[in-house]
Amino acid sequence: MSKPLLSVRDLRVKFRIDRKNLFEALKGISFDVMPNETVALVGESGSGKSVAALAILGLLPKENAIIDPASVIEFGGRDLLKITPAEKRALRGSEISMIFQEPMSSLNPVFTVGYQIGEVLREHKGMTGTAAEQRAVELLREVGIPEPELRIRYYPHQMSGGQQQRVMIAMAIACEPKLLIADEPTTALDVTIQKQILDLIAELQKKHGMSVLFITHDLAVVGDIADRVVVMRHGEIREQGETRAVFANPADSYTQALLACRPVVDSRPKRLPVIDDFMAGRGHVMRSETRTRGVSESDPVVLEVKNLCKDFYAREGLFGKKTFHAVKNVSFKLRKGKTLGLVGESGSGKTTVGLTLMRLHEATSGEAWFDGKNILALSEREFLPYKKRIQIIFQNPYASLNPRMTVGQIIMEPLIVHGEGGDAQSRAKLVFELLAKVGLPEMSFYKYPHEFSGGQRQRIAIARCLTMRPDILICDESVSALDVSVQAQVLNLLQDLQDEFGLSYIFISHDLAVVKYMSDEVMVMNQGEVVEHADSDTLYASPKDPYTKKLLDSIPRGIPGAAAHA
Amino acid sequence: MSAAHPVMNPAADIGIERSPGLWSLAWRRLMRDRVAVASLIVVVAFLLLAVASMFGWVAKNWNSEIAVNYAPPTLFKSLYAAATEATKGEGEKGPEVEGLAVQRQPIVNDRDPLRSILDELRAQLGQGAEGVEEIKIVDPLADVIAELKKKLGRVDGAIEDVGEDKKAPHLAFGADKWGRSVWDKVVKGTETSLLVGFAAAILATVIGTLLGAVAGYFGGKTDDFLNWFYSIFNSIPYILLVLAIAAVLQKKGVLTVVLILGLTGWTSIFRVVRAEYMKHKARDYVRAANAIGATHMRRMFTHIFPNISHVVLVQLSLYVVIFIKSEVILSYLGFGVGVDTVSWGSMLNEAQNELILGYWWQLAAATLFMAVLVTAFSLFTDALRDALDPKLK
Repeated sequence: MSKPLLSVRDLRVKFRIDRKNLFEALKGISFDVMPNETVALVGESGSGKSVAALAILGLLPKENAIIDPASVIEFGGRDLLKITPAEKRALRGSEISMIFQEPMSSLNPVFTVGYQIGEVLREHKGMTGTAAEQRAVELLREVGIPEPELRIRYYPHQMSGGQQQRVMIAMAIACEPKLLIADEPTTALDVTIQKQILDLIAELQKKHGMSVLFITHDLAVVGDIADRVVVMRHGEIREQGETRAVFANPADSYTQALLACRPVVDSRPKRLPVIDDFMAGRGHVMRSETRTRGVSESDPVVLEVKNLCKDFYAREGLFGKKTFHAVKNVSFKLRKGKTLGLVGESGSGKTTVGLTLMRLHEATSGEAWFDGKNILALSEREFLPYKKRIQIIFQNPYASLNPRMTVGQIIMEPLIVHGEGGDAQSRAKLVFELLAKVGLPEMSFYKYPHEFSGGQRQRIAIARCLTMRPDILICDESVSALDVSVQAQVLNLLQDLQDEFGLSYIFISHDLAVVKYMSDEVMVMNQGEVVEHADSDTLYASPKDPYTKKLLDSIPRGIPGAAAHA
Repeated sequence: MSAAHPVMNPAADIGIERSPGLWSLAWRRLMRDRVAVASLIVVVAFLLLAVASMFGWVAKNWNSEIAVNYAPPTLFKSLYAAATEATKGEGEKGPEVEGLAVQRQPIVNDRDPLRSILDELRAQLGQGAEGVEEIKIVDPLADVIAELKKKLGRVDGAIEDVGEDKKAPHLAFGADKWGRSVWDKVVKGTETSLLVGFAAAILATVIGTLLGAVAGYFGGKTDDFLNWFYSIFNSIPYILLVLAIAAVLQKKGVLTVVLILGLTGWTSIFRVVRAEYMKHKARDYVRAANAIGATHMRRMFTHIFPNISHVVLVQLSLYVVIFIKSEVILSYLGFGVGVDTVSWGSMLNEAQNELILGYWWQLAAATLFMAVLVTAFSLFTDALRDALDPKLK
């Protein structure tokens, strides 16, 4: 195993943005992938990790990507940057193959999965109809899809997200490639499915003796799967080495920060350290101050929900209606200044609870008592004054801000809608105060949302909610779309605001570690029902419900060294 | 980086105070596109011409018979002369050039079926043959036309003074049957076409956008009803619908044409806007607007509309092109503007009879103007769509 299978040397890639400007995506990176080894390429968005993968496959857009002539990508004794497009095509799918992040959009919706797997075989192995089909069945069985003979006739939409990703993996390993590139293959999946897919990739890697280049932003996943890790930031490699060694003793401050800023389930620091803290050398101190969580009966209740139900109807046939119970009999009390965490996998109804309380959906039945009124029974007009007191921060900060309004207009809008805040002058003054509060520069006022990064946009959304001085803030997966370091910053901001204004949060997330960090109480939902509801420390320490246990077991615990920094 | 602003993105820090919005960015992109700039210049030139004509700065007296009937265009005369020079040796061409220059003909019904035979005969017999005068057909409508001509002449008093002798023997762009300047007519026609094109486009856009917004935003029964209305509207053959409305409205004129085109044309933008609203109403930013308590009206027009306005603008631009062409067709078919005004379509209508007689200049002028404007406007619409491509999300 002395000779590397893939050897990347001084890879430099630039993108042409317009006539004058070039963006340096990769600033000379070098790393090796040995045969029969899993290497993880870790970094946050913009680190260039996906660009590296696309460069290896020769899939960079030709119009604006410039690869430095001195760069070398050697695979099996050949320089991938020098071979002809035809040779490259022959290589892709047979010797190197790739799994993408979104299985739904990577599979062609108009062909059956059997046909799509067969296509790879027909293309690269010259197999014909029946032989290809038989092999497709074998492959589906290998990736753990039940009844593969039946499933090869299925279209992608008939399968769940996890099964689709399994089909993608089946396609990728169809020709027994030497190198499998997995680009964030589990990011779009639920935590329990994520674990299954990771286990499957690890198993296949051993069985077929292939090498895996695993691209991810999630360090915890890396710890579970990778032999070696390459940490990237802004197109440069910050650190690389044996996973265990890097995790136990990270040399680079960025790696340290990445390891530390993600909340873990075993400890709860007062504030999460962010990258700047590490750059300033404060990181380790911050880890040691811890915060205690929990609720007591004496805490005043701001919102009491009783037997909340929400049904959706789908038309079936000519007259038939099919009822889908999205939320079934959910009851809870939200206490002042406390956070209620709501966890569950996709389809568990946790988001529906939030939207129904905001009356963005009408509830089917149930009550929600807020300030002495059942807000679910009020008319639209009567609800308006309460509306501003319960606010929501959505998951995707790229979609929740109107792209045609400036930040100033966005934050000022609630004041205009409710006719508050005095004249334009005093409204603008309030906006500047709020911008300062959420840590954005004053000049943001005149800018448009697209000029901001994801974390900054989420701050804008938070500032918009704050204009109405709400009592309750519903955070619907509000940090899920953010990079870990940014996630830590936004979580810190939410925590600061809670401390300052005594806000109550309903914190909805699929990320159990984040929920553990933020919540005083946690409610676990499965298929519309609350399966367990307890103080967060109690729930995580001794889960009672089997579903909760399964969820907690699926959390990647790949950062053994993280606790050592405390 | 200070502790007070731990998250400032350095990239966002450097930058101008007031960021350019969608429209200024689109404008910059448009100005970088050479085809767009060229077509915009042409369109603006046409617009200026139309405005000038509207205020009476040019083509004010388009209706005066300032030249002899069918006065030939001199713009091409030198060319023509050069051509005759080459063929002079044949002798018989000489008098014809003269005849062309000062052709005086009695008013003859356009539809005179014997006209061509007559001309042939006259040519065979030579100039001033007595026999031909004798078989001259008496135009049954001569009186009516003369009266009409008089009436039209009264619109601007100048015509009264222009005696037969003072009429120009030839004009730069030639003259029509009545001796009206083709240049003035085509300029006036530009005004009519652009007026009809823009007014009808705006009318159709307003109707289609409002209905589409309501249907797409509210969905459900409202959408069903409007879709049903749309389907009925769309199931009637277009031309029949136009003719029916024309029959109902009775009066001919620019306003009628605008109404016809606007009332029949809203359907295509309705579909587009409806689809856009359906897409946008489920977006998070609209839900966020709902969460802060924005009303339906506010969500529809303050939030969603600016996000789809580029689609509406492109559709509006497309409409202008379509409606300019439609007006030409309508006027050509005789359902367009009345006799008291002129459009390219009515010019083409007249030209179809003149062409047999070899008077090509009216046709050429109308066709050339229409082709240039429509081509330029179409190119501009394409460029506009490219510039507004909402990649900057």
